Amino acid sequence: PPAHSQSDWIGPPDRLSNLRPIIFHVPPEESALERRLREARQEAQASNQRFWARHNRAFRQEKEEFIYSRLKAKGLEMRDESGQKATLNAEEMAEFYKDFLNKNLKKHLQYNRDWYKHNFRITFLMGQVAVVRALRWLRRRKKNVEQ
Amino acid sequence: MSAARRCRPPRALAGLFVWRLRNTGVQQVPYRFVQLYHIANDRLITFQYFNFLKRMYVTQYNKDLSQRAKPKSDSVVSPFHELQQSDQVKKVLYKISPVSPVHQSQSEISSRNELREIKSETEDSVIPVGAESKEDRQWKEMKLRLDDLPGILARLSKIKLTALVVSTASAGFAMAPVPFELTCFLLASLGTGLASCAANSINQFFEVPFDSNMNRTKNRPLVRGQISPLLAVCFAASCGVPGIALLTLGVNPLTGALGAFNIFLYTCCYTPLKRMSIANTWVGAVVGAIPPIMGWTAATGSLDAGALLLGGILYSWQFPHFNALSWGLREDYSRGGYCMMSVTHPGLCRRVALRHCLALIGLSAVAPVLDITTWTFPVISLPINLYISYLGLRFYRDANRSSSRKLFFCSLWHLPMLLLVMFTCKKSVLEKEDKGDLQGRSCERAMEIRLP
Repeated sequence: PPAHSQSDWIGPPDRLSNLRPIIFHVPPEESALERRLREARQEAQASNQRFWARHNRAFRQEKEEFIYSRLKAKGLEMRDESGQKATLNAEEMAEFYKDFLNKNLKKHLQYNRDWYKHNFRITFLMGQVAVVRALRWLRRRKKNVEQ
Repeated sequence: MSAARRCRPPRALAGLFVWRLRNTGVQQVPYRFVQLYHIANDRLITFQYFNFLKRMYVTQYNKDLSQRAKPKSDSVVSPFHELQQSDQVKKVLYKISPVSPVHQSQSEISSRNELREIKSETEDSVIPVGAESKEDRQWKEMKLRLDDLPGILARLSKIKLTALVVSTASAGFAMAPVPFELTCFLLASLGTGLASCAANSINQFFEVPFDSNMNRTKNRPLVRGQISPLLAVCFAASCGVPGIALLTLGVNPLTGALGAFNIFLYTCCYTPLKRMSIANTWVGAVVGAIPPIMGWTAATGSLDAGALLLGGILYSWQFPHFNALSWGLREDYSRGGYCMMSVTHPGLCRRVALRHCLALIGLSAVAPVLDITTWTFPVISLPINLYISYLGLRFYRDANRSSSRKLFFCSLWHLPMLLLVMFTCKKSVLEKEDKGDLQGRSCERAMEIRLP
């Protein structure tokens, strides 16, 4: 994003976490409240990124391992004659999906709690910042009118 | 990659009659559905060209994202699938895989190395370059533009799904055994629509990181940063509060209460429950069942057996619809952490779908008993009910992708047809004019008091 920009910029989805990173603009006269908001958003972004990157990577790895072990058990190679990657059909994969979901349920419950907390806090701070900004704008207008 | 599936979204026109026209190209057909189904319909066509060092995968996505959002209060328990993008996104994946690693893996004795090789290939070498979605890959300024706002808000509120919800509510209104009143009908529809918008917005507000990880939902406004969470909440409040107020004051308090309850059920029960237990499916079915009940209470002012029957029909319909749909999304659900029957209890999933297909037959037979329709209704609806039950049985027995798809597509036309047949077989109001007059007045009275 350009250096002179006054707003935040959001980028394409991250390869690992599928989340879109945001680059936050730090205005020179940032108030304490605005700083708290920005830091909360940065913290949430970092925490989400960590969780999903790790989670998706684990999913991919475990899926590969599962496919590999199943193919091995069936006596097949990872790639067949034409070089195409061998896959299992949907029903066989279903067993993996079920296991993966059950294994990660607790992790998800914890993440859900964290995410909801982050989300509410950020939105509440946004509300506060918006109210403060609106009051400031009104005050400035009143001053302009009086002058 | 998930298998390709083409979903033909029906397009619903608001009104008493819900006609669903199938267009293969139609992008979004929102279904309001108690359960939020994420259905990614992709058609994946992969070509592999072996160049010396390059392997190119050309994938064509026909994304029909169907999302069944549960309509807040109005939605009839029909599953609404929101088909979000039917863009064809051509993604050209360049996988630079030199021939040597393959040789290497083959000559490798240790199996671990083989596995590692493959892992590194999959993880490191795929660099997706979107041909058509080039714009998507750029950094965008997070500034709200006013002319974009209507489109953004439409997507935030899942406007098509809302439209379907409203149409199911209007079906409930139409089935009520009272003379038709236009103002009441319009107020109820508007209130329901606003309530639905609010619920859908809150749902999207809650689910941002999960939506970004699932194919169907990753282009939503909050995920893309086109709108701030604060604005989404304000929009939800500015739709929900007037919507419920309109229902309570302009129609009757019972409808307003049902509307508020449905919003609460959808946003605070269904949405968090999706990630905690499979019970979310049943809660979702209730969310879908309430809108027609609301339509009925808007017309009559009271909760009759007829309302409950209509709600029951929609409740039962949700299960074959959603379970069939979720059968193909198991990978996305598993990775995203959603607790759905199709992933954790597949046998139960199919059993429940079949059970509720059969329940539909039973419920249709009860309709004439409660004086809602004539006896012709169960007779005429028997063929379609039997057909969906047959497909449910096939799904139960075969448990494969093709049977689940067949069941899902059948459910898409089954509901509008059923409602249509029900309406045409409706017992004439003239027979019950006296009773109807009394009940019809309740809506008018409410309006007279409020509107000076």
